[in-house]
Amino acid sequence: MMDRFDGRVRRLGDDINTDYIISSARKKDTLDEQKLKAFLLESLDPSFAASVRPRDVLVAGQNFGCGSAMEVAATVIIAAGIPVVVAKSFARSFYRNAINNGLVPVECDTDHFDEGDPISITFDAAGVAVTNPRTTWTQTRPALGGIAGAILDAGGLVPYLRREGRFVLP
Amino acid sequence: MTAKTISEKILSAQSGTDARAGDVVVCDVDFILGTDASAPMAIDYFEKMGGTRVRDPKKMFFALDHYSPPVSPATRRFHERVKTFAAQNGILVYDVGEGISHQIAVDRVHVKPGMLVVGADSHTVTCGAMNVFATGIGSSDFAAAMFTGQLWLRVPETIRVVLDGRRPPALAAKDVALAMVAALGADGAEYHTLEFAGPSVRELSFDDRLVLSNLAVEAGAKAAIWETDDVLLEYLKGRGGEIGDPVVSDDGARFARELIIDLASMTPRVARPHQPNDVVRIEELAETRVQMVFIGTCTGGRVTDYHDALEVLERGGGRLAPGVQLVVTPASGDVRRALEADGTLAKLERMGATITTTGCGACCGTSGVIPADGTNVISAANRNFKARMGNATASIYLASPAACAAAALTGRIIDPREVTPK
Repeated sequence: MMDRFDGRVRRLGDDINTDYIISSARKKDTLDEQKLKAFLLESLDPSFAASVRPRDVLVAGQNFGCGSAMEVAATVIIAAGIPVVVAKSFARSFYRNAINNGLVPVECDTDHFDEGDPISITFDAAGVAVTNPRTTWTQTRPALGGIAGAILDAGGLVPYLRREGRFVLP
Repeated sequence: MTAKTISEKILSAQSGTDARAGDVVVCDVDFILGTDASAPMAIDYFEKMGGTRVRDPKKMFFALDHYSPPVSPATRRFHERVKTFAAQNGILVYDVGEGISHQIAVDRVHVKPGMLVVGADSHTVTCGAMNVFATGIGSSDFAAAMFTGQLWLRVPETIRVVLDGRRPPALAAKDVALAMVAALGADGAEYHTLEFAGPSVRELSFDDRLVLSNLAVEAGAKAAIWETDDVLLEYLKGRGGEIGDPVVSDDGARFARELIIDLASMTPRVARPHQPNDVVRIEELAETRVQMVFIGTCTGGRVTDYHDALEVLERGGGRLAPGVQLVVTPASGDVRRALEADGTLAKLERMGATITTTGCGACCGTSGVIPADGTNVISAANRNFKARMGNATASIYLASPAACAAAALTGRIIDPREVTPK
C-alpha cells in the first residue's frame, strides 16, 4: 500500500449513492470500467467525468456509497484514476467493495475541505493522517487493521485469496 | 455465557466462535443469492481468484432479474455467461420471468430460520423476515463466497425496532417502512442489524415484514431480522418450507438503541425526490401531478400489494386518469401466477395497465418502462434517487401500492383513504 498521497479535492456531499457514482442503467451496455468512467457521477454533474485529473481525490460527507451494492461503483472510481476516497462515513457494501478492489477508503472529518483544495494523506504506523495543506488542518485516524487491512494491503480480494486461498483472521 | 442478540447468535454459530458485536469473524455461508446484475463480474473475480469449481453449488442460485428481459446485446451476453457458468457448476438458474432473487428465496423457501444468507443485491436484507441474517454484498465477496464457502463479517450492533399500538385498517406496511427509514435517517442503521419486536409484530403479515426488512437497507442496515413466530410458521407450512433453527434474542441482550413505532398513530407517507428518507405525510403533497405509476419491485410487487391496489382502483371506478401510465411488474413468477389465477392481472390490464415481464422492471432503469422527460413518477419501489429509473429529469415519489393506485385514478398524489366509492 502507498505511504503518502498528495492530490486535489473533489468535494461531494452526504449520501452519495452508488447510482450517482455510476448509473445502474449504464450497465446495460458494458461492465468495462474503462468505458463506464466517462459517466462517473453523471447524475449529479454531467461534466464531472471530463473534469477529473490525475491525483484527484473524492472527498465526501456521510454515508458515501449507499444504495445498491453494485461493484462497478468502486471499479469505475479506480478506472477514473482516483485511488483514494475520503468520507465522514461509508456505506458498508461500498466500503467492502472498495477494499476488495484496492480502492483506499479513508474515514475522517471532511468539513475542512473545499472543492479544489490540496489534500495530503500519509499512511504509517501512527495511522492515517489527512491534512489540508492550505489551512494546515490535520486529523489522524487509526489505520485500517484486521482482515480488511490485510485485504487492502494485498491489493484487493483477488490477490489476497490467490495468496491465502481462504479468509484468515490476522 | 451472557445474553446475545439474533445476529450474535447466528454469526457465532456460523463462525464457531463466541461472537459479540464489534468482533470480526469468518463465517460459513448457508446460502448465496446471485443476480444477472452482479454475477458477470463475480464470475470474472472467481476465475481471477483461481476458482475452477464452485465450492457448494447446491447452496446457491442465480436469478436473471435485473435484465428481464435483456434489453441490449451486452445484457443478453451477461445472461449467456451466467447460464454457461451455472451449467458447468451445476447451479440452479431462475430464468427471465421467474422473479427477483430474494423474492424467489422466500417464495421457494430456499432459506429457513437461523441461516446466514448473503446475496449480491443490496435488498437481500428482505429475507430477514424469515428469521435469517441476510445481507447484501458486492460481486467480489460473492465470488469469494462461491470460492471459499465463507465470508468475513463484522458482527453488527443491533437496533431494536419496537412495534406498538393497534394497526389502523388502511395502513400499509410501506407507510410504516417509510416512517422507519425517515426516523433512522439515510445512515441511521449503518453497520447495524434491525431486530423487529414488540407487542404489535403480529399485526404485520409475512408480506408486510418483507417490506420493512426491504426498506431497512435505505437506512443502511446490514440485516433486518424478525423472530420465528406463528405468522412465519404458517408461511413456512403453506410453502412446504423447513422450520430450520429459529433464533431469538436472549433476555438481557445488548441493543445499541430502541426505535419505537406506534402503529396506531401512523398515516400514509410518501418519500419525496430524491432520497428515500425524505418522507412526508401524504397530505403535504396533495395536488402533486403524476404521469407514471409503477407498482412492482421487491418492495411493492407481491400479491397483497396488487390486491391493495386493485381494491383502491375498483373503489374509485376503475378508470385511469387521462395521461397516466400505470406499469405493473410482479416481483416473481409465483406472484404473477397467483395474480393470473385470481384474475387480478386481467382486471388491471382491462383498466389499461401495462403489464411488464416479472423482475426488477423499471426500478433501476435496467429493463421495463423509462419515465418521460420532466415527469413525476409515483412508485411502490424503494429508491427514488435522481436518474434511478433511467431518466435524470424525472422525479420519483415512493409510496404504498394503495397510494400508487389512488394516484393512477386521479393523476395526482392523494391519500388512498380519500378515494370514494363510485
